Amino acid sequence: MNQVIATPILPHYLKQSSDVRARLDRLKARDVILDVQNLCKLFGSGERTTTALNDISFSTHRREFLCVVGPSGCGKSTLVRILAGLEEKTSGQVLLQGTPVDGPGPDRGMVFQGYTLFPWLTVKKNVMFGPEVNGHGKYEAENRAMQWLQLVGLDKFADAYPHQLSGGMKQRVAIVRALANQPPILLMDEPFGALDAQTRCRMQAHLLEIWRKIDITIVFITHDLDEAIFLADRILVLSAHPGEVQELIEVPVPRPRTAAQLLSPPFLAAKARLEALIHSKSTEHDEEAGPYEMVTRLTDVTDNVE
Amino acid sequence: MKRRWLQVLRPISPHARLVLGSLSFVLPIVVWCIVSYVPFVWHPQIQITDPGSVDYLQRGMRMDRQDFDDAVKDAESENKPPPQGIAANPIYLPAPHEVAVALYSSFTAPPVSKDGQWLHQSLWHSIQIIFWGFVISSIIGVPLGVLCGTYSILARLNEPFIEFFRYLPAPAFGALAVAILGIFDGPKITIIVIGTFFQQVLIVANTTRKLDVALVEAALTLGTKNAKLLSRVVIPGILPDLYRDQRILLGWAWTYLIVAELIGTTSGITWFITLQARYQHFANMYAAIIIIGIIGVGTDMVLALVGRRLFPWDRTLAKDA
Repeated sequence: MNQVIATPILPHYLKQSSDVRARLDRLKARDVILDVQNLCKLFGSGERTTTALNDISFSTHRREFLCVVGPSGCGKSTLVRILAGLEEKTSGQVLLQGTPVDGPGPDRGMVFQGYTLFPWLTVKKNVMFGPEVNGHGKYEAENRAMQWLQLVGLDKFADAYPHQLSGGMKQRVAIVRALANQPPILLMDEPFGALDAQTRCRMQAHLLEIWRKIDITIVFITHDLDEAIFLADRILVLSAHPGEVQELIEVPVPRPRTAAQLLSPPFLAAKARLEALIHSKSTEHDEEAGPYEMVTRLTDVTDNVE
Repeated sequence: MKRRWLQVLRPISPHARLVLGSLSFVLPIVVWCIVSYVPFVWHPQIQITDPGSVDYLQRGMRMDRQDFDDAVKDAESENKPPPQGIAANPIYLPAPHEVAVALYSSFTAPPVSKDGQWLHQSLWHSIQIIFWGFVISSIIGVPLGVLCGTYSILARLNEPFIEFFRYLPAPAFGALAVAILGIFDGPKITIIVIGTFFQQVLIVANTTRKLDVALVEAALTLGTKNAKLLSRVVIPGILPDLYRDQRILLGWAWTYLIVAELIGTTSGITWFITLQARYQHFANMYAAIIIIGIIGVGTDMVLALVGRRLFPWDRTLAKDA
């Protein structure tokens, strides 16, 4: 484990500067967009039942950026799929602007980890897809699509097919395709997981830029703690086996966010707290925690590499 | 670097593709030429050029080499003129040039018998049988396959029976088809349909099931429902693969043709082939078989080209181009 040397002099993660507190207070004063109450999800039946999610409750406010993190197997993907309506919950409630959610719908946009653009449609037609199936005319759908593509600077690729785009571009199109329905909330399931490190950083900045410009609430699943702190207003930390809410952390890092903040004290404080939460609890059950078993020495070279 | 010929799953250069592709046709023809034109290769028979003193021999007759040698020995021992002949292959293996001539003359020379058909007439009749058999099978089979692939309920309801039925040999239904539909084209088309349909449903259903479920989920979260999910996601998503399946199934339909045409009144290319074989015009028979092959491969190549135009986004097509 790479120990953060500066730990003693880090501020406490709950300590917020006045403008961060003011921003979070304003955020919490806004309407609740998504309200999750006592959500449970069981897999299997009879004796084989496993609890994937146990009694999850949280709510997000309008224009909030909420990240969900947790060790592998904590059911964060299951959670977001339930929110999207792709998976059924066992019990509990999901309320979107006060109305219960039943099945998938255009009121919750979703961006997946894999590139799920329709390969048979051009970029523009991919973005038009949502408005079209929801009964908007072709003309209006096309107008909307072009506006959205301009927003992310992909209007010159309107007539390209998805396979002609790079990974980052595909994911930008996937984001605006979801946004073209103008949903109040955007769900993102590790959307940048398949991208290389550099593209990933640019996409994070780009996503914040989009988020700032439009009226959207984002629920963003990730396993990358830096990514979560960089993006989020608040971070929902889940534990594994069963997936339960450990803490809802308010990120003490001021906005606008820049790459330079990655080493700032509030950032490191938040990260230290997240690491403590995720790694302490997960060791009991999770094989992924801690180093793997020692490898037997198989070389007879005496020159040690380390 | 040393050149490695056999590399697992590695593509080869366009030049090598062309050369090897041509060789795949040239090599069998070369073998055929060697067997036909080099007298000491195979040639198990003797074709008589001069019967000599042997009265049961005739000019142009073929006989086994052993029998010919005996006849020569007998004649020589009696001091009579021996028969003469040249090494020949059996009549069922004509030389390439003979088949080539037959191929040409089958389109230029009128049919031998009075009520006979031109080769192209027989072919046209066969193509119609295939066409209608395939179209009728596809009209029901493709939608049913897509529905079975999309909805597990329908798959479970249909597929076990279809799985059973596809093992029943289509020709076995010949007599039944004749009893119901008469002796002309009806039962022939039926055999093609039976031979194609059941495979078609299963193959199309499987192709549909291979559609990336993430695409369906993406469409669901965009607000797509029921029929639109089928028409706007499932069908366009599987279209290139469906098209490939149809190409393979069309080849399948061709293999049922000969059996189908033997049912009721023999017709089409089968009638032509059996007639030529009966009169031992094997060159004509081979010509007809070659033409079937050319039509089959030609159709498939055209369809592949059309497919590349139809589905510009399809990566698998681009890969085998």
